Amino acid sequence: MSKSGHRHRTVASGSAPPEDVHGGGAGTGAVSAAPDLLDLRLLFVTGKGGVGKTTVAAGLSQLAAEHGKRVLVCEVDAKGDVTSLFEAPPTEFTPREIAPGVWSMSMDTEASLREYLKLQLRIPVVGRIGPLAKAFDFVATAAPGVREILTVGKLCWEVRESHYDLVVVDAPASGHIIGQLAAPQAINDLVKVGLIRSQTDWMLDILSDERQTGLVAVCTPEEMPVSETLELATRVREETTVRMSAVVINRVLPELFGQREEEIFEQLRAPDVERVLSERAGGTVTPVLEAARLAVTMRRTRSAHMQRLQAGLPEGMPVLLLPYLFARSFGARTTRQVAHAFGDELGL
Amino acid sequence: MTAAAAGAAKTVAQLLAAKDIVIACGPGGVGKTTTAAALAATAVVEQGGRVLVLTVDPARRLADALGLKGIGNDEVRITDDVFEKVGAHPRGELWAAMLDTKQSWDDLIRTHAPDDETRQQILANPLYQNISGRFVQSHDYIAMERLYEIHSEGKYDLIVVDTPPTRNALDFLDAPQRMADFFSSRLLRWLIVPYRSRLVNFASKPFYQIADRILGTQFLADISEFFILFQSMYAGFVERAEAVTRLLSDRRTTFMVVSTLEATPVREAEFFSAELMARKLHLGAVVLNKVLPEYLRDAHADKLAQSMIGRTTELAAGLSDDPVVAARVLGEVAESFLNFGVVARREAEQQAELKGAPDVLVTVPFFDADIYDMGGLLQLGAQVWD
Repeated sequence: MSKSGHRHRTVASGSAPPEDVHGGGAGTGAVSAAPDLLDLRLLFVTGKGGVGKTTVAAGLSQLAAEHGKRVLVCEVDAKGDVTSLFEAPPTEFTPREIAPGVWSMSMDTEASLREYLKLQLRIPVVGRIGPLAKAFDFVATAAPGVREILTVGKLCWEVRESHYDLVVVDAPASGHIIGQLAAPQAINDLVKVGLIRSQTDWMLDILSDERQTGLVAVCTPEEMPVSETLELATRVREETTVRMSAVVINRVLPELFGQREEEIFEQLRAPDVERVLSERAGGTVTPVLEAARLAVTMRRTRSAHMQRLQAGLPEGMPVLLLPYLFARSFGARTTRQVAHAFGDELGL
Repeated sequence: MTAAAAGAAKTVAQLLAAKDIVIACGPGGVGKTTTAAALAATAVVEQGGRVLVLTVDPARRLADALGLKGIGNDEVRITDDVFEKVGAHPRGELWAAMLDTKQSWDDLIRTHAPDDETRQQILANPLYQNISGRFVQSHDYIAMERLYEIHSEGKYDLIVVDTPPTRNALDFLDAPQRMADFFSSRLLRWLIVPYRSRLVNFASKPFYQIADRILGTQFLADISEFFILFQSMYAGFVERAEAVTRLLSDRRTTFMVVSTLEATPVREAEFFSAELMARKLHLGAVVLNKVLPEYLRDAHADKLAQSMIGRTTELAAGLSDDPVVAARVLGEVAESFLNFGVVARREAEQQAELKGAPDVLVTVPFFDADIYDMGGLLQLGAQVWD
C-alpha cells in the first residue's frame, strides 16, 4: 500500500479515490495498515459535539449490516437519535432489531450493573431493585470510574459473547471518551486483586487488541473540530490502549467550480452582465449568484481545515469523506446515503 | 415575578449590564465557546469593567478563539494591544481562565482540610488522585465550585461561563446538590463504621463480604480511608455546595442557551430551556448561531433558479468569453441555490418550532470566514449585542 497516498491526497477533489485500508495483514507491526473497519468487533465513534457522530455510527452500522453482518449499535448518551435515523422507536437497555441486521440499545449503567452481578458474580441481590439502585448510586459515586467501567464492560462483554459480529458505539464527545476508555486501566491500577481485577484484565485484552477494537473520530471541516480531532488523536495514543482506526470528515461541501469555472463565474457577476442575465431569466439573479459565492467561500475555508487535519494526523491514518447532505430531514433514507458514501470511501 | 418581567432585558447588552454571571450552555458544536468569548470581549469594549470568561469545557478551545497560546486554571489578562491591533479600544479589562480539574480539587482540599496531616493523606490517597484527575463527574462539581470561588472574590464585574455540552451541563447544575447529598448519606457512614470504631468485625457483615469479593481488601481500605478523611471536611463541603446552588439561582445570574438551527441541536437547546425554567433558573437569552441568509428562502429566487436549470445555454450566450463553461457554471449555481434553499427552509421551520421564553432571542448569520482572533470575536459580539 502507498502510505504517501494518504498524505498527498487532494482533499479539494470531491470524488476522492477509495481509501486504502486494505493490505498489510494484522500483526505485521505497529506501522501496518489498520484492519478493515468493518472487520473489527468493537468500534467507538466519537468527536466534538455536533459533528454528526450519531449519523456516522448509524451509517457504519447500516453498511456493515448490508454486508451481512449482525450489528449492535449502542447509544451511550441515550438521546434516542440513533433509532430515529432508522425511523424506529427508541430502544432501551435490551437490544431490539431496528433494521435488517441492525440491533440497537441504549446504555444504562444501572441495568448493566444488574446484568453484571447476575451473570458474572452470581450475587443474589438481583430482583430487589430498590436497595440495589441505592447501593448502585452509592458505589458509583464512591468508587471512581464505576459508571465508565460498566459502560465499557457491557460493550466488551457483548464482544466476548459474540452475539453480534460488530458492536458500534455512539460514544460520548471527545472531551469525555478518554475517561471512559481509560477506565479499565485506571481501575486496574487501583485494584490489585479480586474479581474486579480479573474483570478489567479481559476488558483490557479486548480494548487493546487492534484487530478487535478501533476508534473512529468524526469531525467537520471547521477550525475547532479539526483542532480537537488532532488533540484527540494524541490523547487516544497516549492515554488509552485503543487504536484510532480512521478519521471521518463529515459535511464536506461539493466543489462547485474548478479554476476556469470560477473565472467565468466572476465575469457573470459583473454588474452589467448580471443585469442582462436578470433580464433574460425574468427576475433578479442576485440571490442565486450570491448563494453560489457563499458556497464557494464556505468550501474554500473548509478545504484549508481539511488540509490542516491531514497534515497533522499520523502517517497512514485513513481519512474518509462524507458529503454534506442537502436533505429536508434525516431518517432511513439519509442513513442509507451515508452508508453508501462510506461504502465508496472504503472501496466496498 | 412582575418586577423581573418589567425589568426584562430587550438586548444582550442590557442583559449583560444587569447581571454578574452569564452561563452559556447548549449542545456541542454550535459555537458556544466562541460566543461566550465574543460577548465577554464586547462587554469590555462597550461597557468596561473587569470581565472574565471562564471555560469549564474539558476540550481546550478558548485559547484558540482568544488568540492565546494557552490558558490555565489561573486567570490571565488579555492585554489591551490584542484589542488595539484590530482597532478596538477596551474600556475595561478582559480576563480568561480555563478549569483545571486537578488543580481546583487540590486547592479545594487545601481550603477545607482541618489540618496539615489530613491534607497530605487526602492528596496521597490513590482514590482521590483518580477522582480529581480523571473522572467526568468530579469535573462538573468542581466547575461550579470554581465559579463560586471566583465570584466570591468579587474581582469581576461580569463572569461569562462556557459550559460542556447540554447533558453534561445539566449534570453540573445538579453537581453541587449531588455532592452535598453524597456526603450526608447514611450509606457512606455505614461503610466507614468498621474502620472508625473497630468494634464490628469487618468480615462479619455480608455487605463487606460481597464488597471484599468484588473489590479486594486493599481497595476497600483505600475507599474507607478516603471517606474517613473526607468526612472531616463534610460540613465545609455541604455548606459550599448549598452556597453554589444558591448562586446559580441568584437574580444576578442568568443563563444563555446557544444553538444552531440544525435538528439535533435545536432539540437539545429546547430541552435545556425547559429544564432551566423547571428549575426556576433565569433564561436570559437564546442565541442562534450560523443561520443561513434569508435570501436562500426567497420564493421568487427559488422559482427563478428552477427555471434557469433547463435553459442555461440560452441564458449564458454571449455573456462571457466561454459560453460553454458559462452555461455549466449557471447550471451549478442554480443547483447549488436550490440545495442550500432546502437547508435554509429546514432551519426556518426549526426556528418557528423553537419554544421557550427567553428575555432576548438573537440570530447570528453564517460568517464567511472563521473566527480566529479578537477581530472576529468582536464582529460576532456586535451581531449579538443589540
